[in-house]
Amino acid sequence: MSAAPSATLAAAPASARPTRSRSPVLPITIGAVLVIAAGFAVPAWLLTILLFALFRAMVVLGLIVLLRAGLVSFGQALYFAVGAYAVGFLSRAGVNDALVRVLAGALAAGALGLVLGFLLRRYRGIFFAMLSLAFSMILYGLLVKSESLGSTDGFAIHATTYAGYAPDRSSERFALLVLSSVVAWAGAIAVALYLRGTLGRLAEAVRDNEIRVEYLGASVAMAVHVKYVIAATLAGVGGALAAMVIGHVDPAMAYWTNSGEFVFVMILSGSGSVFAPFLGALVFELIHAVATHYSPGAWRIILGSALLAAIMFVPGGLWSLMPKARRS
Amino acid sequence: MNALVPILIDGLNYSAWLFIVAVGMTLIFGVMRVLNIAHGSLYAVGAYVAATLIGRWFDADLPAFGSFGLIFASAIGVGLVLGLVLEQGLLRFLHGRDEIAIVLATFAVFLILEDVVLLIWGTDAYPAYQPYGLLGTSSIGGIAFTNYDFSLVVLALVVGGAAWWALNRTRMGKLLLIVIHDREMAQALGINVRLVYPATFAIGAMLAALGGAYSAPMISVSPGIGVDVIILSFAVVVIGGLGSIEGAMIGAVMVGLTRAASVHLAPQFELFVIYAIMTLVLIVRPQGLFMRAQARKI
Amino acid sequence: MTTAPILEVKRLEKRFGAVVAATGIDVEVRPRDRIGIIGTNGAGKTTFVNMVTGYLEPSGGDIRFEGRSVLGRPPREVTRLGICRSFQVPQVFGSRTVLENLVMALALAEATGLALLADPWTSDRAERARRTLAEYGIGDQADREAGLVSQGVRKLLDIAMAMAHRPKILLLDEPTSGVSQEEKLAIMATVMEALDREGVTVLFVEHDMDIVARYAGRVLAFMEGRIIADGPPQDALNHPKVLEVIVGEGSFSGARATQREPADA
Repeated sequence: MSAAPSATLAAAPASARPTRSRSPVLPITIGAVLVIAAGFAVPAWLLTILLFALFRAMVVLGLIVLLRAGLVSFGQALYFAVGAYAVGFLSRAGVNDALVRVLAGALAAGALGLVLGFLLRRYRGIFFAMLSLAFSMILYGLLVKSESLGSTDGFAIHATTYAGYAPDRSSERFALLVLSSVVAWAGAIAVALYLRGTLGRLAEAVRDNEIRVEYLGASVAMAVHVKYVIAATLAGVGGALAAMVIGHVDPAMAYWTNSGEFVFVMILSGSGSVFAPFLGALVFELIHAVATHYSPGAWRIILGSALLAAIMFVPGGLWSLMPKARRS
Repeated sequence: MNALVPILIDGLNYSAWLFIVAVGMTLIFGVMRVLNIAHGSLYAVGAYVAATLIGRWFDADLPAFGSFGLIFASAIGVGLVLGLVLEQGLLRFLHGRDEIAIVLATFAVFLILEDVVLLIWGTDAYPAYQPYGLLGTSSIGGIAFTNYDFSLVVLALVVGGAAWWALNRTRMGKLLLIVIHDREMAQALGINVRLVYPATFAIGAMLAALGGAYSAPMISVSPGIGVDVIILSFAVVVIGGLGSIEGAMIGAVMVGLTRAASVHLAPQFELFVIYAIMTLVLIVRPQGLFMRAQARKI
Repeated sequence: MTTAPILEVKRLEKRFGAVVAATGIDVEVRPRDRIGIIGTNGAGKTTFVNMVTGYLEPSGGDIRFEGRSVLGRPPREVTRLGICRSFQVPQVFGSRTVLENLVMALALAEATGLALLADPWTSDRAERARRTLAEYGIGDQADREAGLVSQGVRKLLDIAMAMAHRPKILLLDEPTSGVSQEEKLAIMATVMEALDREGVTVLFVEHDMDIVARYAGRVLAFMEGRIIADGPPQDALNHPKVLEVIVGEGSFSGARATQREPADA
């Protein structure tokens, strides 16, 4: 339990100051509307980037909830894959409704997070990171060997329907963008409200001083557990959206390098704001797209260099560079 | 019963391989508190360099047994060069940052090296099978085994023995043990971090590269061989206790034998069992099998 | 003195392997007692505080609060029952401001269950927190990061946070260690005045015999895990063993008081 707190990583910028802040609903709503509006204007390739950024941001949104408590999960791909495969099972059973799929992904991942949380809440620092990694690799190991689920190839997902409405091929992507934006809107508001509450703010307290938290009559284990379940649920939602966007699920979704990419986006974003993961994920997908287009052989070199630069020079994440977050 | 001999032989062989890679990782963590994800890349580079050199060696028709010298030369060269470059060029600047930030930095190095390896060696496999047959075969219980596999076990024992000797019988090693077990004491004694860290990291890197170089003749050296090494070593190191040499040995044997048993008896659970063991160990002993729990003071 | 004891400690014992950190500890604390706990480093003072507040599980004996045993309860439950403590090394949230520290403490004391999801920053709570900080004489430090303020301010904040639960018993572990000689008296004066207002029962671990003589109505002297004297200050401080081992040791120097107690942990 003698955690090395991720102080340098999780240093919340001054914008997280709990003076009576304004309601987060309006700015988040504006953000979601802007994304949907962008869907009309942008070319198809950029629409795809937006879709990828949105599902990735959902996972990272959960990661920053943990990061505020100084915890980094190197196994979020577990819940991402569980959410995706939940959609996969539904698809096989002929259930293609968007809402049902998202809820199923959230519930499946959240329930698993609730169970594993009883174990993981005892760990901090490197052990928390590595034990979460181990769980994701267990799932990966099982999926790879499951021939009925297509082994390493995975299997395809039927197109998504929306309360009976089945968009045609030309509007399919746009429908997914609306779905993803609405889900992200709800997730971001929920997380923003949670982070403002006592339990949410307890994160920094846990990171700073667990002994004090216990001696204030609060349960550190419970606080960590709640955060873990929130992170798992959001990763499950991200996975469900990913399954619908990609139209396919495979074991690589649970692989540890996938977790690493989520953590990378988290580092890029920082934990300063619920907008940060969306900005970070968008930047990540853009770098990805540009890099794979111009120098596919050096994509990971660029990614790795960016990650190193972020760790060395921008420990507060991209969001800490925004002018507004600078006020002290 | 007839599966027992192959399970034991394969398991021992696999354990030896795991130990060689994991011992470097645990040493680096114990001394420097760096959980090095790039360890797998060092393994891969070691394998590629050895495979390339072995290929050239046999193309030039040089004496066959000299290829063993190449294996060790590759390991030492790769470990020394990459180890020192990484330590001096990167990790030195992250000294004092929290463990997670450092893990992520090594993850970044891993990503970079993965592509660097691809850019240098391409996507083709590099065969280096020649040394594999040099040591002949033997037969146990009517089943034939290649002696090269056994030599890996000998190598692991030599590495383990050398590590034990160096840590317990040399001045430098004793200092390292102090660093591993008692950070504050180490600082009080004024241990020269600027010397100890690069040396430790280079040795750890050499062990990773040795694992790769010695495996090169046994496998097909191709892209992606480093990725699995990382998570398998993690499992071994976490089971034994981060920073514990004897723990790495026990962890390697546990994982090695279990995996071999699974491959022979229930192949669908091969990866599953390794992490299940790791999880079970962590549930029972959160610090791993061989590390003392740290007392918290208020 | 006919009131029932608020805290009864009976035959309390703690062993760490072969080391006996506490043995045969019997104490009865009555409401509104002001008890000074003295003893050399390693005498078992902090171990005693740690056991009473649930941080350490005793190897034997019993701890009863208002007639009920609190054995086996973790610190958060003991805290909620009304036994709170401060720390030798102040335990504050270093990355938050002094005000945020106290608001969090108040919010955790006042909210349970789903109410924990609500924003802790109600105007009422912020107001009360500012007032409390002013009472503790650190109102001007409210908006500074707790990790950056002086040790004396942190000590007072630590105690103010412990008081958030409106405890019935407060245990102060060396409230004046690690601060300058001048600050010591000021801290004790401020704290004791605040505690008097609340009518809290206080046990405080202290190395400075002047402070003990001034603020304690009763003194417990610890040596080698036992209580060797228990009584009014003039008696306890003049107990021959206490004079020889504790008072005579020159515990008055500031340098001494800043040392931690390795053997206690």
